Amino acid sequence: MSLQTETETKRSFNQIGTRPVRPDGIDKVTGRARFGADMEMPGMLHGLVLRSPHPHAKVKSIDISRAAKLAGVKAIVTRDDFKMPKDKDLVDICANIMARDKVLYDGHAVAAVAATTKAIAREALKRIKVEYEILPHVTDVDEAMKPGAPILHKGMRTGGMDTKPRKDSNVVKRYKFGHGDVEKGFKQADIVIERSFKTAATHQGYIEPHACLASIGPDGQGDLWVCTQGHYMVRNVCAGLLGLDVSQLRVTASEIGGGFGGKTTVFIEPLALALSRKANRPVKMVMSRDEVFRATGPTSSTSMDVKIGATKDGRITAAHAELRFQGGAFAGSPVSMGAMTAFACYDLKNVQSIGYDVVTNRPKQAAYRAPGAPMAAFAVESVIDELASKLGMDGLEFRILNAAGEGTKSSYGPTFGPIGLKTTLEKAKSHAHNKAKLGKNQGRGIACGFWFNFAGNTCVSLNLQLDGTIALSVGTPDIGGSRASMSLMAAEELGVPYDKVRTIVADTASLGYNDVTDGSRTTFAAGLATIEAARDAIGKMCGRAAKVWGIPADAVKWENGYAKPAGPNAGAFKPMSMAEIAAIAHKTGGPIAGHYEINADGAGVSFATHIVDSEVDPETGRVTILRYTVLQDAGKAIHPDYVEGQYQGGAVQGIGWAINEEYIYGEDGRLQNAGFLDYRIPVASDLPMIDTVILEIPNPGHPYGVRGVGETSIVPPLAAIANSVSNAAGVRLTELPMSPPKVLKAIGEHNRA
Amino acid sequence: MRFESPQTTKDAVALLAGAKGKGRVLAGGTDLLVQMKSGMAAPDVIVDIKRIPAMKSIKAEKDGMRVGAAVASAEMAEHAALAKGWPGVVEAADLIGSTQIQGRATLAGNLCNGSPAADSVPAMAAIGAKARVVGPKKRRDVLVEKIVTGPGKISLAKDELIESILLPKRPPRSGDAYLRFIPRTEMDIAVAGAAVSLTLDTKGVCTDARVIIGAVGPRIIDVKDGAKALIGTKVDKAALKAMEAACSAAATPIDDKRGTKEFRKHVVGVLARRAGQIALKRAKGSK
Repeated sequence: MSLQTETETKRSFNQIGTRPVRPDGIDKVTGRARFGADMEMPGMLHGLVLRSPHPHAKVKSIDISRAAKLAGVKAIVTRDDFKMPKDKDLVDICANIMARDKVLYDGHAVAAVAATTKAIAREALKRIKVEYEILPHVTDVDEAMKPGAPILHKGMRTGGMDTKPRKDSNVVKRYKFGHGDVEKGFKQADIVIERSFKTAATHQGYIEPHACLASIGPDGQGDLWVCTQGHYMVRNVCAGLLGLDVSQLRVTASEIGGGFGGKTTVFIEPLALALSRKANRPVKMVMSRDEVFRATGPTSSTSMDVKIGATKDGRITAAHAELRFQGGAFAGSPVSMGAMTAFACYDLKNVQSIGYDVVTNRPKQAAYRAPGAPMAAFAVESVIDELASKLGMDGLEFRILNAAGEGTKSSYGPTFGPIGLKTTLEKAKSHAHNKAKLGKNQGRGIACGFWFNFAGNTCVSLNLQLDGTIALSVGTPDIGGSRASMSLMAAEELGVPYDKVRTIVADTASLGYNDVTDGSRTTFAAGLATIEAARDAIGKMCGRAAKVWGIPADAVKWENGYAKPAGPNAGAFKPMSMAEIAAIAHKTGGPIAGHYEINADGAGVSFATHIVDSEVDPETGRVTILRYTVLQDAGKAIHPDYVEGQYQGGAVQGIGWAINEEYIYGEDGRLQNAGFLDYRIPVASDLPMIDTVILEIPNPGHPYGVRGVGETSIVPPLAAIANSVSNAAGVRLTELPMSPPKVLKAIGEHNRA
Repeated sequence: MRFESPQTTKDAVALLAGAKGKGRVLAGGTDLLVQMKSGMAAPDVIVDIKRIPAMKSIKAEKDGMRVGAAVASAEMAEHAALAKGWPGVVEAADLIGSTQIQGRATLAGNLCNGSPAADSVPAMAAIGAKARVVGPKKRRDVLVEKIVTGPGKISLAKDELIESILLPKRPPRSGDAYLRFIPRTEMDIAVAGAAVSLTLDTKGVCTDARVIIGAVGPRIIDVKDGAKALIGTKVDKAALKAMEAACSAAATPIDDKRGTKEFRKHVVGVLARRAGQIALKRAKGSK
């Protein structure tokens, strides 16, 4: 047999690139699919959380006595039920899921109740008396950085500074990336543009609220069913917070109604487990939409300064960015990734990006698709657009002239391998959209974007069943059609029809550790592991055929679903199908399975260019998106429907973020729009059909050339839309969202000036 | 909590009158159920009026068209005579929420919810719509602008409900229109709204007009100066501009999460001017 382990860039595929129906499709459209809140158990209790109405306060006391006396209340947990873990990585998580000495944001959990009915649990929450000492608060990133701002964490000193700071600060850390001499570079420039930008915090807006069902028996064995992007992560974190052996907690991932990065941490899961342990009954918890907005993880709000210089003939000589991201009440805003990605699209001699990670009295941010990159791209691509226009150059030409290519030393360090940025720009240039005429009050915007992509720990198992069909178990929750892609890759490799493979997301006891479905890693890493597991199984099947035929294993090859003699010298034997091999497996050595475990590398970066047309009503400031085209490198599109879906979804979330979505805090530090009425994600009628162009510049790190596609698509939209709206309105817009009052004000000020 | 589905208006009124604690009328439920779910409302008795025939019908009368209190927006939009005669009212009702919401939401419910941002209320007020209010002892016909007294507050007694709304017959050469501003295309609440109704004489001169603006004050505002700006003119550019200015001047909005004061004052004028243009076109097209 021969297995090809190098990249098969020239390989022709039988099934990869086709568009079969996804295995979870019928269940989802008929309502049979089980999401987080669909699990029930006999004797189940309902858990609810009491949340702080204050953005910043000392919790002086919590009196649960009146609530505990209420008939039907079976357990109450507070900070006293969670010991601060020794593991440093769990400390902030512990303080986030249940406030300790202080509440740090409106919505911070202070107690949780499990009762026989939701109504009783609600009544119990009213009976819990919390004594607060209200402290001054801060929710704006620039305000939080000022001297004299209310300090969230005593003893927090800014890391990464040249001299060791002597005062407490809300600035967690300074990050610095780049190379060359920026000052020198600006001196070489004929034109320098410097602008400041702001973006509001936005929520991932997944339709399914967080939900779980926890059950721990008196023997300490626990089960948790949960809607998450990573049940292994949930298991490890919860086991750590509750002091359980990891193997005693089995976590099963439900179907998931959207995550976009927001379901890569825990909120209610450890509370449900703690309540279940205390009540000795299963406990179900489902967040309300209000709780999702107030107490889960939106992305950062930001404040940014970008300065770029270029020569008259359009070469960028220097680029500098300072990014300030607030990431809520705890360390870890994605500012480092914002700073790393800011200038990744360009081939620059002199570049520096600085990032400040800042804490404020808001919920701790969670990942949101390409964390940090969309905001940085908004600032940088806005300045690029303005530079091109001041130089009298076409925006695409200017970008092509300065674009990163193979061999470019990236602004964040590594040197790029084969990448597709220039291809996306060239294709954008020749696309019909780029040549279409614009009407009155209409504008076109272009922007490109970059994302690293991640690979990580992956473990899959592929079992040959008695009838020759395949059961494939992966450990990465399917948030974008990945089961269909896994089935396709297994079917391709094995040479069997797609519908002979059933892929499931296995629980945490069934496979080795799998990293979270994030970083656009699943089709790449779980796909790679699936291909290798299939090859492992093929090797074993060839071995079984060899045994039957009485020839050496390496004299058997695998072709189109059959074991065959490798050549004329191997002997003349009738090829054996998978079904035939499976049927006699018990006589040839027992069950046949393929496995693969890896901490994968080589994910392969990805780039995209977006083109957007918009129209601005100059009398109301209202923006309508008229036309949208996404051009992105997928490496290799396994199932093009789901690649296009990711492209379109990124554009749509970007449209919401750019135009209307924002966390609005009042003077009192409370979130004013914790619901989908006033937190405005786009509705279907707000959107044009999003056109997509899949480009395939193979990733040498994957057997089929796959690159992650889930995140790159949300990097360019903020900038592309801002450029489009700025062109339509005739005035540069530097603050997101570009809501009607802001656009109208900008037009008014521009007209008066 | 008690849930009742009476068959007659009389029974419905009796249930409200006899309610221990708070009684609430359920028509489409698109406001009430949301309020109950969020904990803002906890009625002791819910009186569902959808089983009452008089409340489910659209009937032509001598004085106009009578729309039952439980008639859904979508039913109004599908009623040809209604859509032709009172396009401003019908389009306002057809803007509420989304397609699904419009299958349930009603004019009377929109009115009784008492929201300053209700879409159908300025449109109804502009054409002089009257609510038929029924109580245990008497029934009375009340102009819709007299129903809402403040945000979430209405002038109905505990034992009263609205049975129907009369859209008065339109004089010849009349037109009405309603426009609202929302950042999205649907599933939103008006940041500002404006309704205009006008009547022309045979020479095309405006003889009567009403301009009502919404979502820019605690109640709808009857912009008399706006109407004056139109009456006696051919509703030309200058007249419309003057009406626009009158609306912006009359608006008393607040700054909130949905928009700034400055923005709302400006936009409500723009909407009124645009609604005026549509109403004019309709008046010229009508007989």
